[in-house]
Amino acid sequence: MSWGFLRDLLSGANKYSTGIGRIWVAVVFLFRLLLYILAAEDIWGDEHDEFECNIQQPGCENVCFDHFFPISHTRLWALQLIVVSTPSLLVVFHVAYRENREKHHGQKLYLRPGKIDGSLLCTYLISLILKAGLEVVFLLLFYRLHNGFAVPRLVKCDIRPCPDTVDCYIAKATEKMIFLCFLVATSCLCIVLNLSELSYLICKHSKKRYLKRYTQKHE
Amino acid sequence: MDWGALHTVLGGVNKHSTSIGKIWLTVLFIFRIMILVVAAEKVWGDEQDDFVCNTLQPGCKNVCYDHFFPISHIRLWALQLIFVSTPALLVAMHVAYRRHEKKRQFRKGDQKCEYKDIEEIRKQRFHIEGSLWWTYTSSIFFRLVFEAVFMYAFYFMYDGFRMPRLMKCNAWPCPNTVDCFVSRPTEKTVFTIFMIAVSSICILLNVAELCYLLTKFFLRRSKKAANKKQHPNHENKEETKQNEMNELISDSCQNTVIGFSS
Repeated sequence: MSWGFLRDLLSGANKYSTGIGRIWVAVVFLFRLLLYILAAEDIWGDEHDEFECNIQQPGCENVCFDHFFPISHTRLWALQLIVVSTPSLLVVFHVAYRENREKHHGQKLYLRPGKIDGSLLCTYLISLILKAGLEVVFLLLFYRLHNGFAVPRLVKCDIRPCPDTVDCYIAKATEKMIFLCFLVATSCLCIVLNLSELSYLICKHSKKRYLKRYTQKHE
Repeated sequence: MDWGALHTVLGGVNKHSTSIGKIWLTVLFIFRIMILVVAAEKVWGDEQDDFVCNTLQPGCKNVCYDHFFPISHIRLWALQLIFVSTPALLVAMHVAYRRHEKKRQFRKGDQKCEYKDIEEIRKQRFHIEGSLWWTYTSSIFFRLVFEAVFMYAFYFMYDGFRMPRLMKCNAWPCPNTVDCFVSRPTEKTVFTIFMIAVSSICILLNVAELCYLLTKFFLRRSKKAANKKQHPNHENKEETKQNEMNELISDSCQNTVIGFSS
């Protein structure tokens, strides 16, 4: 019971997505989920053990680590992946509701329950807006909590019980920064994909409605 | 901890749940079990190793850790999730019993039995009415009680939901009052608040589901009583249609999430 569950969830939602939506799912799987599973444990696994301060005062390292890393990068990354995938459930629920309605009435009410039109289009657009919004929120959180996306090699700490300003060294700083840059880049790519899909759907359906109205007028 | 087994059991019950029940199950799996497995267990992974006390006295650190953390947050959450999921087993057992009875009727060749074969009985979805209503409502009630009890236990054991950076300890064999520092207190506070917030959402969902079931029950009773008064001999066709519409609205989202279907 782990990331496989999220993978099944997204595969279910993928059936009702547009082409751009499927690219989004592929980006999330290959460039984010897989990368997270690959990198998170190996690079961030020993972040606390290898965080070293130039002092023997007991408790100083703990307190300084807690000050500079209120939430670990990996936890925020994992939360981002889970939260950003959840809006797809709205579409899955809506399609299931349509299929159930057809079953109860015993007749075909929709051309295809999974076709993105009518109220399902609204649900789909809302899920896209939520996905993009949540990505931005998490990027902002990353930026605010860790003072930017850079991971310094050395941080200076003077919180009690550290007796004075103390030098603390972060393990694998460059490697962490590289993977963080990758995380930010893929998040931005996902935001662009979501916004493109949003524009594409709005344009497509506006055009359809305009043509319908035009042909009705001329009839 | 094999959460997959729990997933299998609850997935089977999901088929017979109301829409609110299905949302509750989704919240449980995505925002509680998954977060616990993927994130929270790693945050608390080094809790004893990195619990540091400002003393060289052997045994002092162990005793202080045990004093401040009688049971780890992770274990308490895992227990809470197990207890909260267990009432669904009552519903699963009731459904299994009904299926068993129907299969027995079918094998006896009962004229009243409306099924064509055993497979149909196995796949059938039971509506929440009659004795199944009582079982289902009791299971929601127990879920509520367990959630509330565990939230209170959390608050009582850890004096609130905040994890302090520094704890002062003077339990024997510590020679004096000693400063002890907890590892990752801010991250732990964030996850504690997150889990408490999601527990509260689950409590609200359970209360909403309970209210919905009670409303449905009383509406049905009052309609039946009104019908008996007006037309004592025959069933109202309008009422049947209305009931079907109500069931359609209320029992939507049949096959909600891949992996939840039995």
